[in-house]
Amino acid sequence: MDFLSDIILKVVKPNGLIAAFVIVGAITWFSYWCSKTLTKGRVHGSAIAIVIGLILAYVGGEVTGGKKGIADIALFSGIGLMGGAMLRDFCIIATAFGIDLRELKKAGVAGVLALVISMALNFAIGASVAYAFGYTDAVSMTTIGGGVATFIVGPVTGAALGASSDVIALSIAAGVVKSIAVMLVTPLLAKPFGLTTPAAATVYGGLMGTTSGTAAGLAATDPKLVPYGALTSTFYTGFGCLVGPSVCYFVIKALVG
Amino acid sequence: MVIYGLFIMGLCAIVGNVLGEVLGAMLGIPANVGGVGFAMLFLVLVTRKLMDKGKLSKLAESGIQFWNAMYIPVVIAMAAQQNVVAALKGGWVAVIGGLAAVFLCFFLIRPLAKLADTGSPADRTAAAE
Repeated sequence: MDFLSDIILKVVKPNGLIAAFVIVGAITWFSYWCSKTLTKGRVHGSAIAIVIGLILAYVGGEVTGGKKGIADIALFSGIGLMGGAMLRDFCIIATAFGIDLRELKKAGVAGVLALVISMALNFAIGASVAYAFGYTDAVSMTTIGGGVATFIVGPVTGAALGASSDVIALSIAAGVVKSIAVMLVTPLLAKPFGLTTPAAATVYGGLMGTTSGTAAGLAATDPKLVPYGALTSTFYTGFGCLVGPSVCYFVIKALVG
Repeated sequence: MVIYGLFIMGLCAIVGNVLGEVLGAMLGIPANVGGVGFAMLFLVLVTRKLMDKGKLSKLAESGIQFWNAMYIPVVIAMAAQQNVVAALKGGWVAVIGGLAAVFLCFFLIRPLAKLADTGSPADRTAAAE
């Protein structure tokens, strides 16, 4: 048995990306089969596949204690390359092929407005929750507020303001919770909340901000909406890093002293 | 040739990301500001121009379409490497903060999207065509 697993590992390890195609292909096939037979098409196949991905990520994290989910297990390391930032961004760019510029122009102002409102709201929510749980200094409140925006804005803000490492870790956790929540709830809430048009998707990208969350959320809802949401969301983290340690910090500091 | 599609897309990706980094550096922040977004805009503009001139071959287009179609599988692989354990162990601050932000923002989709739909009358007739 050991002999066989050694051989499999020997073949799979240097062919990680190819193994990832096989694994993701199998997950996709299984998910679409579940979607068709178990839910009669009510739940999108890709939504099921993303949930399976998240469960695998949890298992991988528990087994290895690492940070990269299932990709931390040697046999599945290729998943890390396939789902890493490089190919993710390349595929997001590819979705722009087929975008309707008229739709984008129509939603342009609303998209920017969504970005600004959402950023203020996220910092406010994060800072209030932090305050309620006893983090009453402006630096910790702003850092956790940044984490609620995205898991990059949090640590960038915290590092700039000199927050303690446990607060920075908390801000990252808040951002990861948000991104996973966006992946899971978007397909369920899309219709009741009017996320059905390119304009709404543009606004949604600016409101949610997390690139990975919107990417997966829209993929599981309606692939046609992906490029619109992805486009605005790519500006969110940069914008948050800009206003987090500056405007947002000053406002919060003025409020709590 | 297929590689031409990847050439165009790759060039858009690199130029867009360079622009995002430069913008970040100019604003004095350690983050890429909209690099992928700029790349998307470049790709839309460049491919539209090329298609209008009939210069984008079917094969070059299929090079782009391939990655377009790979989007969902890549997203599944991305989901499989999220730090789910950290998210669940982050404690109530992380869970409440993260979830509250998502739910409150969902309520803003409709009013803001309406704003987009009630653009100038010219836009509306253009969309009706």
